[in-house]
Amino acid sequence: MSWLLELRGITKSFPGVRALDNVDFQLRPGEVHALMGENGAGKSTLIKVMTGLFALDSGSMTLGGSPFQPKSPHHAAELGISTVYQEVNLVPNLSVAENVCLGRESRSWYGIRWRDMQARCRSALARLGLDIDPRMPLGSFSIAVQQMVAIARAVDVSAKVLVLDEPTSSLDRKETMHLFETVRKLRDDGIGIVFVTHFLDQVFEVADRTTVLRNGRLVGTFQTQGLTKLELVSHMIGRSAEGLVGDSSRERALSTGSPVLEAHGLGRKGSVQDISIDVRPGETLGLAGLLGSGRTETLRLLFGADKRTQGRLTTGGKEARAWSPRKAMAARLAFCPEDRKAEGVFPGLSVEENLTLVVQAKRGLWRKLGKRARQEIVDHFVEALQIKVPDIGRPVQTLSGGNQQKVILARWLATEPQVLLLDEPTRGIDVGAKFEVANIIDQMSSQGVAVVFVSSELDETVRSCARVYVLRDQRLVGELLAEDVNEQKIMAMIAGGSS
Amino acid sequence: MRRVFTRERLPIIATATVLVLLYLASGLLFKGFFGPQVFLNLFSDNAFLGIVAVGMTFVILSGGIDLSVGSMVGCSSIMLATLVEKGHWSPLAGIAAVLAFGIVVGLTQGWLIQKFGLPPFLVTLAGLFFCRGFGLSISRESIQIKAPLLTSWSNWSATLPGGSTVPLASFIFVGFILIAAFLAKQTRFGRTVYAIGGSEPSTVLMGLEVARTKTLVYTFSGFASALGGLVFALYTSSGNAVSGTGLELDAIASVVIGGTLLTGGYGSVFGSLLGVLTLGVIQTAIMFQGTLSSWWTKIAIGGLLLVFVLLQRALSVLSPSAKNA
Amino acid sequence: MSRYKSPLLWPVLALLVLLVFNLVATPGFFHLEMRDGRLFGSLIDILNRGTPVLLLSLGMTLVIATGGIDLSVGAVMAIVGAVAACLIARPSGCVLNGIDAHGAVGTIVAISMMAALLCGLFNGFLVSVVGLQPFVATLLLMVAGRGLAQLLTDGQIVIFNHAGFQSLSTGATAGLVNPVWIAVVACVVSSMATHGTSLGQFIRAVGANPKAAFLSGINVQAVKAAAYVACALCAGVAGLIVTADIKGADANNAGLYLELDAILAVCIGGTSLAGGKFSFAGSVIGALVMQTLTTTILTRGVPAEATLVLKAVIVVAVCLLQARQSQAKVVVVKEATT
Repeated sequence: MSWLLELRGITKSFPGVRALDNVDFQLRPGEVHALMGENGAGKSTLIKVMTGLFALDSGSMTLGGSPFQPKSPHHAAELGISTVYQEVNLVPNLSVAENVCLGRESRSWYGIRWRDMQARCRSALARLGLDIDPRMPLGSFSIAVQQMVAIARAVDVSAKVLVLDEPTSSLDRKETMHLFETVRKLRDDGIGIVFVTHFLDQVFEVADRTTVLRNGRLVGTFQTQGLTKLELVSHMIGRSAEGLVGDSSRERALSTGSPVLEAHGLGRKGSVQDISIDVRPGETLGLAGLLGSGRTETLRLLFGADKRTQGRLTTGGKEARAWSPRKAMAARLAFCPEDRKAEGVFPGLSVEENLTLVVQAKRGLWRKLGKRARQEIVDHFVEALQIKVPDIGRPVQTLSGGNQQKVILARWLATEPQVLLLDEPTRGIDVGAKFEVANIIDQMSSQGVAVVFVSSELDETVRSCARVYVLRDQRLVGELLAEDVNEQKIMAMIAGGSS
Repeated sequence: MRRVFTRERLPIIATATVLVLLYLASGLLFKGFFGPQVFLNLFSDNAFLGIVAVGMTFVILSGGIDLSVGSMVGCSSIMLATLVEKGHWSPLAGIAAVLAFGIVVGLTQGWLIQKFGLPPFLVTLAGLFFCRGFGLSISRESIQIKAPLLTSWSNWSATLPGGSTVPLASFIFVGFILIAAFLAKQTRFGRTVYAIGGSEPSTVLMGLEVARTKTLVYTFSGFASALGGLVFALYTSSGNAVSGTGLELDAIASVVIGGTLLTGGYGSVFGSLLGVLTLGVIQTAIMFQGTLSSWWTKIAIGGLLLVFVLLQRALSVLSPSAKNA
Repeated sequence: MSRYKSPLLWPVLALLVLLVFNLVATPGFFHLEMRDGRLFGSLIDILNRGTPVLLLSLGMTLVIATGGIDLSVGAVMAIVGAVAACLIARPSGCVLNGIDAHGAVGTIVAISMMAALLCGLFNGFLVSVVGLQPFVATLLLMVAGRGLAQLLTDGQIVIFNHAGFQSLSTGATAGLVNPVWIAVVACVVSSMATHGTSLGQFIRAVGANPKAAFLSGINVQAVKAAAYVACALCAGVAGLIVTADIKGADANNAGLYLELDAILAVCIGGTSLAGGKFSFAGSVIGALVMQTLTTTILTRGVPAEATLVLKAVIVVAVCLLQARQSQAKVVVVKEATT
């Protein structure tokens, strides 16, 4: 068997982290090869090595049998490896034709030959079954179409290998199906496709083989047929399949208190619609659904991070009219956002300041916390959440992801909230820290705090929550209670009538 | 069929409307405003501003800014005057030296911005002070240009049927615009400038020459403002280190009023021409009016710029696609 | 914090180098003497002349800490100077003649500072409510503001004679010239306003991550606007001192090019242009470095214009040093989070 692309013994380190450790990867011509792993597994580093964004520390790569050393993504594309990224990495203000052809357009003495370019773009799009006006600006089309245009650009360079990095995360079901048709068409043309995704179902739907990475090491390469979903998950998280099922049978009492937070027909233009939920003290409430189903959006509306355009919200029986994070905080709500780096930490500020900021914001401008009061808060939470920090004066970004997450949690716990809204609190942190976060959630609810928990890891939702609302396509589709809270039932509800 | 009234074109349509209305209103208010010579003078009087604005257009399209243009105009005018009058260089050598200076300063600014990721406004603000200081070090006093070749260029003009005259500056301006429009529309350099303004990281991933293009954009602007300074020196037959003070705002105003988004990616060289003409009409109208003082021009331009910046901001807030970008 | 290299190390070192240079090269540089009940000498002169830039740099520090920039400080100085001069001299045809301050210094200062407040609110509104890029918003006032100042003074240099007002610049209290006292008061007030309340922490939070600040319940718009207002007020005081010093208002030249000096002082003082941290002490030392540099250059007989060139070069060099450091940091952070 000759490989189209072969990577051997790839090692890549960054200061303090070994991102890839002696990883092998082989791609056949005409196959779809899924690359799986949790956050921090090394998927994106491997792709960046393949496409010339990172130089190797050691190891070798061959493309079509000859040595392959890309110096830049552009160079890699010239050699035959093209990449389509998660966020469409094209230019919205230029025409579709330019987005497909720019950089290799045909030119004459009077410059760019627009007609040639448009014709070439049309045929490249036709190959993918897309018929749009190549003169229109790219930004006027949907994300799905933009994604296809990105693939058209990649294929137009006569690519041998096409890397698709999380291409489906912002597509709906129908668009995803269309994308997969295109992927299969390209595969049948003999192109080798590396497919990175976090949707397990899609791996089984489209991939021929699957390579799993964990913590920068190769776990193995498997034929997708003959692999069960449970096996794949246990490869990814490095736990046995039995341990995974064991947790879901846990008993949890349903809260009987009167709701501390209620939403009636909550919605936002162009986002979630008609969300009616209630949150009770001392319960851990899950919001389940696929990425893009409206989980995050719902939490943001509850906290006032985005303005609602429909519906009512009541906290503690009182109607909340004009709603904002400040008002929500006054009503003793707390919110840990999904994107820790973009919306959570204050880089450059010390751990101490990061930890005390929300308490201070709540106290206002004039009532500044004294040095001793701050020290007490910090000491308490460093101890209670076991935050590993050598020196609380250190800038927060020098901590590991898990410890940063704990600092953010502590920041909110310090305000003694009644309702804790947690959006993917376990994302991008290591397994040990995940369990610690789950324990904190348990502790909180046993102290009477209502926790609303969003996670894309179903087993975490099942482990922590006694009650789960399920969302699909920006709407609420159902509620599961007590013993009904298990992976099968949630999955069935997420999948809905379609399968 | 593509629509004429797209969201992106709204600013330029607004400009064209404002320009026509201003022109008509001034024509009705002031006697003789509609004369062909008044219209033609819009080009010659604003040639230096127009040339500078064209360079600025590329910078703003790429999502940057160049604050050094005004002092570059002053610096290059005094350089030419000093080289030719005090240094007794041949005018052509002087012109070449001044243009080379503009290119070197622009290149340095572009290199600092591109290579080290320094904010453009900061680097070019330093450029502003550098050029102003350099120009003043050459000479604090204004220097008359008397070299025969340059004087003959200053005095030359084409006479149109009907007796109106078009001086050399207008030809340089229009020629420069045509070349710039070709660069923007028909070359890979031009399209890459638009791409960078649309999304710089994407442009890198598309394999386009981002580093080189960004550097070139500032180089081009340096060249354009040096050329603008030369035209200004010809126009006034003198060199003066403090000329062009505040010109950066006029140039930015022309570009923005001409429909180029300050965040980059959308706009055109032709739009900047409309912007320059709008500023020209305002200036001419204030001159015709006679009693209003010159600082009203500054305030009017500032006000108009504010209106257009707010308009752009409103459009980008309303547009759903802008949020993804 | 003590384990980390003090951020003040470089600015203090720069100041020391300049002072040592003068100790060797400029005779009498450190000479101080009492005359007419006040101190005289090159050092006092540096403090005195450095006051406007020092004031500007205090305000600029706050604006830069929120991740912004204020290019309009020079123009605000001109506007405030024009208002003050017009109130005193009441030139014919001036729009401000409707207001009669009766020559009372307090009233004149108060009304002039109102103008500064308006400028600050204008900048703050454009940046925090409208959402313009800070350099665009403040560029508007940077150029149009001079037009406004000219409008007030009718394009003339308005001169006046008013002993009370002039004492702002030329008078002395307890042996020290008044500008130095004003600078000291401004430093104390700034420091108390930011460290005595939680304003400083909020400003750094907004500069470090505005989205996270919003979600933490900080009123981001108000904090940003406050920084621009504070900056304009500092510029206003600087404008008053300069006006009192030259006994007149020159709309074209008052505060001209001082925005770069202020930005440079802040950069030298170790406040990052990326926002998120600031140091008043650093900015003060930065301003003193700037003034010592200017004085040194002038006493060496180098023409004043050359200082512009030199400052331009220094600002780029300092920013390059900063960029090097933060680039290295950014890379580490990126790798740690992927």
